[in-house]
Amino acid sequence: MTAIDIPVEKWSGAVREVTLGSSDGGGTRGSTVTVGGETTLPFLSFEGTLPHRPALAVEVVDVRPDDWSAELRDVWGDVNGDAAAWAQRAVEAGADLIALKLRGCHPDFGDLGSDDAVRTVDRVLAAVGVPLVVYGPGTADKDNEVLVAVAEKTKGEQLALGLCEEKNYRTIVAAALGNGHLVIAQTPIDVNLAKQLNILISDMGLPLERVLMDPNTGALGYGLEYTYSVMERLRLAALMGDTMTQQPMICTVGEEAWRQKEGRAANDAPAAWGALAERGVAWEVATAMTLVEAGADILVLRHPGSVAVLREALDDLAKGA
Amino acid sequence: MAPTGLEIYKLLPKTNCKECGFPTCLAFAMKLAQKGTELDNCPYVSDEARAALDAASAPPIKLVVVGSGERAFEIGNEVVLFRHEKTFYHQPGLVVRVRSDDPRLAELAGRVAGYEVERVGMKLRLDGLAVEHSGGDAAAYAAAVAAARAAAPGLPLVLMSSDPVALEAALVTGAAAERPLIHAATAADWQAMAALAKKHACPLAIRAEGGDPAALAELSESVRGAGVDDLILDPGTATLPADLAAFTQLRRLALKKGARTLGFPILAVSAAASWQAELARATQAICKYAGIVVIDHLEPGAIYALLTLRQNIYTDPQKPIQVEPKLYEIGVAGPDSPVLITTNFSLTYFSVSGEVEGAGVPAWLLVADSDGQSVLTGWAAGKFDAEKIAKTVKDSGIADKVSHRKLVIPGHVAGLSGEVEEELPGWQVMVGPRDAVDIPSYLRTVWGA
Repeated sequence: MTAIDIPVEKWSGAVREVTLGSSDGGGTRGSTVTVGGETTLPFLSFEGTLPHRPALAVEVVDVRPDDWSAELRDVWGDVNGDAAAWAQRAVEAGADLIALKLRGCHPDFGDLGSDDAVRTVDRVLAAVGVPLVVYGPGTADKDNEVLVAVAEKTKGEQLALGLCEEKNYRTIVAAALGNGHLVIAQTPIDVNLAKQLNILISDMGLPLERVLMDPNTGALGYGLEYTYSVMERLRLAALMGDTMTQQPMICTVGEEAWRQKEGRAANDAPAAWGALAERGVAWEVATAMTLVEAGADILVLRHPGSVAVLREALDDLAKGA
Repeated sequence: MAPTGLEIYKLLPKTNCKECGFPTCLAFAMKLAQKGTELDNCPYVSDEARAALDAASAPPIKLVVVGSGERAFEIGNEVVLFRHEKTFYHQPGLVVRVRSDDPRLAELAGRVAGYEVERVGMKLRLDGLAVEHSGGDAAAYAAAVAAARAAAPGLPLVLMSSDPVALEAALVTGAAAERPLIHAATAADWQAMAALAKKHACPLAIRAEGGDPAALAELSESVRGAGVDDLILDPGTATLPADLAAFTQLRRLALKKGARTLGFPILAVSAAASWQAELARATQAICKYAGIVVIDHLEPGAIYALLTLRQNIYTDPQKPIQVEPKLYEIGVAGPDSPVLITTNFSLTYFSVSGEVEGAGVPAWLLVADSDGQSVLTGWAAGKFDAEKIAKTVKDSGIADKVSHRKLVIPGHVAGLSGEVEEELPGWQVMVGPRDAVDIPSYLRTVWGA
């Protein structure tokens, strides 16, 4: 018999454990989600420990997203535009947590105020027991206004607030700090910018156990390889002991995959593309699995079909070889 | 592992005869290590030294060719574990498996051969057809392979059978000349399989069960001892975590331990009961080290996704990919649609076109040739200045397609607006957002969706 020594890397660092949701200190969650804690590269169980399987979040929108792909609007059907009912349906579809996007507060999509935002968050919190990620509408001013109001009214729920970027991190971090929440630190596909923002956040006194990193997702065919390599580099740095890269990573897969033409084109697409229903899910699943291999800890998905596929794949991976 | 200059120097005559054109043996050795000269330039190198250097400079993962002719594909020669360390060189072959007793075999073979999709100016195709021996005798298998070849002329084949007689029958009826991959030699039958591969000069897959590298290494030694050098490793794993562990261990053993017995491309049988589960497995295989990925489902959407993924992962990270500089129509644009300009760095283009697409406002997107640089670097390097913008507008013929004369430039080069207006008489320059993510809002507000 040929003697073979299986090469095993000795990593000195580990990914931080981060917990979303809380059932005490003001929190009302029936379940919590803990991610991170890996002491090796994704799913190399022969080499280290991977205490938590990556979590699946389903994106739910406060207002009816009329510009979404027809496939997504069809598949969610009557719950479109009713965030609480939608969140319940998402949990039934296998979501470990809900990513609520407060899109209606965007000046272009209704310009709702922070009162409306708080009401929507309350309704979703009441409708489901899983933890919540809450995304602002995506414009700096409104993000600050809305997320601060939500953070104050949901003290202790341990929500993850996003996005926390270089231009607004002070406001979002302060809101999280004072009310027991987490932040999602997003930087544009760059290792050093990601580290830099983690340092700035940590300097404000927010424990790194309350920070998720979003390295900015590119969809399959639309920059995925950049995200993939930046995430691999961040994870390698984390395992080699660079403490400012040890945050669990969250990826907005659904949003990116479904807005490309592969996620939208129906009858006018070439035959080789296949039908939209299958192609859209394929695009989302391939994007998600690729980022899982690079170290994603939370995947934000849009299609229930993708959730089912990813759930089976991640459960399988978590069993180890 | 390529030898260093000093390692090479130790094997040279050390006479400094200068006949190689270098002043000293050491200088020659250094140049050789950088691949700047050939060992043949030394007239006095010993046979032992040549053998040692050939072995040491052989790639850690052998390059293997499957098929012949225009559609043959090469795999292997990989040198890194992570693409950012250098690049991944040879895209894995994507192969669809059909059963030899499937009545639709010829039809499926034709579809596999004919599948083609275009992406960023490249035609993406499937690489091969695996004909799995299922039911029937050797003659039936040979007939099935012949039918597949007739339906898919020139498409590389993987002949999958545990029966050497059936494989021989298929090979002698014409398949051998096309260099199919023979799959697979196992511990039980490697002598017969190796003899087939040697006789017909075909690559051979060796298969162990359960992903055990030691078993594969032993098999590899046996088969290579029998004179077969073009090998493919099939670790025989059946689940996502087992695939990942086995493929990672094989790649590490070849690259980090220099394990010659395992320095061959990997074959992943990524098949699963549903196309979705298969897609998840094949995605992992493409990211993590497979040289050939075998799937069962001909689901076009999933195949399109896998071919795109393979292109993405095997893009050289050191060379920013460029998109073709030209006029792109996003949605069904008309004479009133906005005209935007950006650069041809692929990520810039994808960010901008993605946002415009997502905004739901049909638009004309002009892509200037900035040598693949982003807006700011292109501007700083003089590759995206007022002159280039004006030239792009003029050469594109956009003036004939729109009734207005308004051009939106990226917010990062707002300072160029006056200059561009001078270069483009009659045009009004509008300053768009700095970040692509703000484009939808801009288009809706300014151009009223």
